[in-house]
Amino acid sequence: MVCQECNERPATLHFTKVINGEKTEVHLCEQCAQDKGEMFMFDSSSGFSVNNLLAGLLNIAPAFKQAKETEIPKTEVLQCEKCKMTFQRFINVGRFGCAHCYETFKDELTPLLKRVHSGNVEHHGKVPERMGGAIHIKKKIQQLKSDLQTMIADEEFEKAAEIRDEIRSLEKDANKEGGDKG
Amino acid sequence: MSLEKFLQNAVSSWMNEEGPNSDIVLSSRVRLARNMTDFRFSTLYSSEEAKEIVDRVKDKLSLYPGNLGELEFLPTREIQPLQKRVLMEKHLISPNLAEDTNYGAVLLSSEEDISIMVNEEDHIRIQCLYPGLQLKEALQRANQIDDWFESEFDFAFDEKHGYLTTCPTNVGTGLRASVMMHLPGLVLTQQLNRIIPAINQLGLVVRGIYGEGSEALGNIFQISNQTTLGKSEEDIVEDLLSVVKQIIDKEHSARDALVKTSNIQLEDRIFRSLGVLEHSRIIESKEAAKCLSDVRLGIDLGYIKVISKNILNELMILTQPGFLQQYSGGPLRPNERDIRRSSLIRERIKLDKDTCEEEK
Ligand SMILES: [Zn+2]
Ligand SMILES: [Zn+2]
Repeated sequence: MVCQECNERPATLHFTKVINGEKTEVHLCEQCAQDKGEMFMFDSSSGFSVNNLLAGLLNIAPAFKQAKETEIPKTEVLQCEKCKMTFQRFINVGRFGCAHCYETFKDELTPLLKRVHSGNVEHHGKVPERMGGAIHIKKKIQQLKSDLQTMIADEEFEKAAEIRDEIRSLEKDANKEGGDKG
Repeated sequence: MSLEKFLQNAVSSWMNEEGPNSDIVLSSRVRLARNMTDFRFSTLYSSEEAKEIVDRVKDKLSLYPGNLGELEFLPTREIQPLQKRVLMEKHLISPNLAEDTNYGAVLLSSEEDISIMVNEEDHIRIQCLYPGLQLKEALQRANQIDDWFESEFDFAFDEKHGYLTTCPTNVGTGLRASVMMHLPGLVLTQQLNRIIPAINQLGLVVRGIYGEGSEALGNIFQISNQTTLGKSEEDIVEDLLSVVKQIIDKEHSARDALVKTSNIQLEDRIFRSLGVLEHSRIIESKEAAKCLSDVRLGIDLGYIKVISKNILNELMILTQPGFLQQYSGGPLRPNERDIRRSSLIRERIKLDKDTCEEEK
């Protein structure tokens, strides 16, 4: 769908405008939406709403699909072995079929996640306690390594040596846990 | 039937407590989305899988530790459409779950501050609600419940993507933190439409009161995080908090400016709205919301002293279509609702004024 304002760029934002109970759809590209933003976005009395999350995702998808189709034809047949969800279908519904889909589509997913999550593709939050033994150690090591850099920069070499030893011992543990990373 | 108690009162008991910054922030909410590893997501799962998910949650519920509070188990297929609408208006279930007639369920705490939805878009969605600005507290509570679930179930998780959710917009922390704000000052001074693009730039979303796809009723806006990847749960909450605090400051200055520059106009607007609420015989939900917003502002600014702030929280919910019909004991046509709404508001305001009189 083309932006109804400039008739040039693809419309990536969809608004629903409700005036006197009558609904009108408004389709804009990001740039025009920003230009118009002040007028459109939130005149609370005329009641605009922005279906950001879903519409945002679903409208990124077609643009993304076009690019992919010309580049890598194999995405056409890419299919999750666990739930049989195809990449094409995922693009259409914007929902995965099972947890394994994330693994199946991981290469295709990165640009999409970047768009949705302000450039981020990696989890930095909570790790489930009972499945995350190795992950917890790895995160701890990452944290200590960054602490180590700070210590060295601050010329606190004694503390730095302590942290270095701690990292070594954790790395040993990590190797022991080896394959069992849940 | 145990469902009744969740339907009777418009105000959940958690709402009766006054939270920090409650002149502007009505409530804080945190939601965590989780899926079990052994089942397909709601997009594809069979009725058997859906049923088993609900059964498992129900079975484990008997082990749910008392210190997290008692939970009532309510399968959605046993809830009437009108009752679902009421639960939705109280934000205890999502519109998505309200439509479910299959194997969805909701677990509710008696204070209604915890709502755990089963087979919504994700297998499990843990929601905690707090009055005022208490996002950290809500996150802590949700985490406790999540920790308990995690000791009983294997949740879909991978090291790179975090918690795996049905929709990629929730992946990572699965966390949606949101704050409901009453912002009449920023709307009246026409600052909000300038602020919203800036808020969007920070990865936050602003919506009207009844969530996605709904318009802003009564100057109430919900602000929430859009990004769930790349930041820890604490950082997401911290970032949202800092923006909300800035908005609170801006709303305060807008109210101050209004009082200074257009006191008499403001006072006129507020008391006209009070007049409409006290004397009209037919009132549409939109007008009711606008007047309630004005009167609430009047109370916050000290113009109106005989009505409690709580009555407005209550009326905002009580005057929604689902609640009105529940209250009247049956379906109402739109014009009947407008009449019923108006008489309900008059009664409630009168009751509040009478109590105020007696206390004097
Ligand atoms: Zn355009
Ligand atoms: Zn799959």
